[in-house]
Amino acid sequence: MFKITNDQMPKLLKAIAETKDLFLPINNNGVTNFGFYKEDCTPDLDTLRTVKSAKDAFFPQSEGLYAVTTEDGKFTISEEEYCNKDFVVFGVRPCDVRSFVVLDKVFLSDPVDTYYAARREHGIVVSLACHQPDESCFCATFDIDAAEPEADVAMWNIEGGYAWEAKTEKGQALTESIKALLEEADVAKEVETEKNCIRTILSVLPNSKLDVSAFGAGKTDDLFNSPMWTELSNACLGCGTCTFSCPTCQCYDIKDFNTGHGVSRYRCWDSCMYHDFTLCAHGTNRQTQMQRFRQRFMHKLVYFPDREGMFSCVGCGRCVDKCPQSLNIVKVIKRMGGNSNV
Amino acid sequence: MCDCGNENNNVLLPQIGVITDIRRETPDVKTFRVVGRDGKKLFEHMPGQCAMVCIPGVSEAMFSITSSPTNKEYQEFSIKQCGSLTNVLHNLQVGDEVLVRGPYGNNFPVDTVLKGKDLLFIAGGIGLAPLRSVINYCIDKRDEYGTIDIVYGARSADDLVRLDEIKDVWMNVPGVNVHLTIDREQEGWDGHVGFVPNYVKELDLNVDKVALLCGPPIMIKFVLQGLKELGYTDEQVYTTLELRMKCGIGKCGRCNVGNKFVCKDGPVFRYDEIAATTGEF
Repeated sequence: MFKITNDQMPKLLKAIAETKDLFLPINNNGVTNFGFYKEDCTPDLDTLRTVKSAKDAFFPQSEGLYAVTTEDGKFTISEEEYCNKDFVVFGVRPCDVRSFVVLDKVFLSDPVDTYYAARREHGIVVSLACHQPDESCFCATFDIDAAEPEADVAMWNIEGGYAWEAKTEKGQALTESIKALLEEADVAKEVETEKNCIRTILSVLPNSKLDVSAFGAGKTDDLFNSPMWTELSNACLGCGTCTFSCPTCQCYDIKDFNTGHGVSRYRCWDSCMYHDFTLCAHGTNRQTQMQRFRQRFMHKLVYFPDREGMFSCVGCGRCVDKCPQSLNIVKVIKRMGGNSNV
Repeated sequence: MCDCGNENNNVLLPQIGVITDIRRETPDVKTFRVVGRDGKKLFEHMPGQCAMVCIPGVSEAMFSITSSPTNKEYQEFSIKQCGSLTNVLHNLQVGDEVLVRGPYGNNFPVDTVLKGKDLLFIAGGIGLAPLRSVINYCIDKRDEYGTIDIVYGARSADDLVRLDEIKDVWMNVPGVNVHLTIDREQEGWDGHVGFVPNYVKELDLNVDKVALLCGPPIMIKFVLQGLKELGYTDEQVYTTLELRMKCGIGKCGRCNVGNKFVCKDGPVFRYDEIAATTGEF
């Protein structure tokens, strides 16, 4: 295990960025989000929860798929270039790390999404344990340990800096490349203390481990026609904030953009909360906001487990923080699970 | 794979298709014949499968492939003019190019369950498009299937798709019985008049068949009721579904209903598979 002091951290980030693209939480006018490292940026490894999740690293909010030019009525198609260079996603929280596993189930299942696969191949994930989980966190519900990041490299906050441990071959290679800035240190004990601290905080937080026994594979018939959906979704504005801040929401649209030199066919995030999401020429099969609301939660908590054997929620708490109407998956889980006091 | 050089095996990358024939079937349906630039078929498919057809700068949508895989020369799409993309498609001319990717989805079980069985096809309006692929497949391999009954209805005689093929080919194949109907009386029509579901009941065909349906949701609903009254079980009925799709490969989330993706797990479903889900189709 290695130690990196607070003083050295800026140098370490700079060193990584010299050879690789570095994607990390950056404070921009008081708002912290993942972004690409620039010399004058303000990295922020203290904020627990970036506004948007880290999924942009592998599934960007919008990306070109291919371009089409037309000459004399004949098309020429040129595929967008794939990610072909290693990059580092730095300071990812354990919940967001798990979200990559969820996205893998979607994008790497047959047939493989080649754009996503190229990014996954080249991405190196450095995760940071959650020094101070807060009351919106419920990752333990999904057996995620905020004290034990499962990435290429794991980091923990310790006195005066961070502990650094490579967990995979990719992580070891990254460690080698910046070894000069790392201090070989026996910090196992301090890391243990940090882990205990994190777990103690989680144990007293109100929502950290919710009872999800009402959900999971095979629960469609129990839940789909519940009268509670209407009540739970009444206030939903259909704004889509939950889906855009969600690390596991993977629905996308494919659209055309006229570049002036042809047409770029690009994909961008979309939201099942939007009324036109399923709109066809003949109408839509989800006409009410209740149906759209129900779809989002049934997908995460029942349909996804049906297909993939795991929940498609990682308990990051972003939707809890961001919903303008204070609707969220925690309320759904509690209410449908029989707790009427929410 | 194609002249656009898809060496990455990118499933979202289309091929370039050239329209070699356009025929007007009804006032709002045209059938487009499409091949690659090399004049050959773009890909091999099975009856019931679909493909994404795109006009760059307009949009892209999923269409069922109406030609049979036994046709070795081209693919055909019968497309109803009903939205922004189909409006533009209907203005295309022979020689124009489109982008095509696919084939997507599963197919009617022509080589397994349907083998040797008596088949009952029930279609309404443009719903004939996906079934036509199966019907022609079964006609081309006539000795592998039992009696074929086709019940096909539309709003009017003018809205019956591929009427020439139905009359000139299907009606002349031994063991194939075609039952046409239109919704309302019309001058020059001496065939049956009435809705498809009622006609199916009136025909009172024997129950030892596999039924394959496609049509508007309201027709499907009443045909299913009718078939049940006749004694059909859910396991004897196949249908093909349509929902909005963007990717065609079970990832964009649009056509998700229950734990199924229509594009990937469908579009063909045995009725009991649908009955077991949420009813959001």
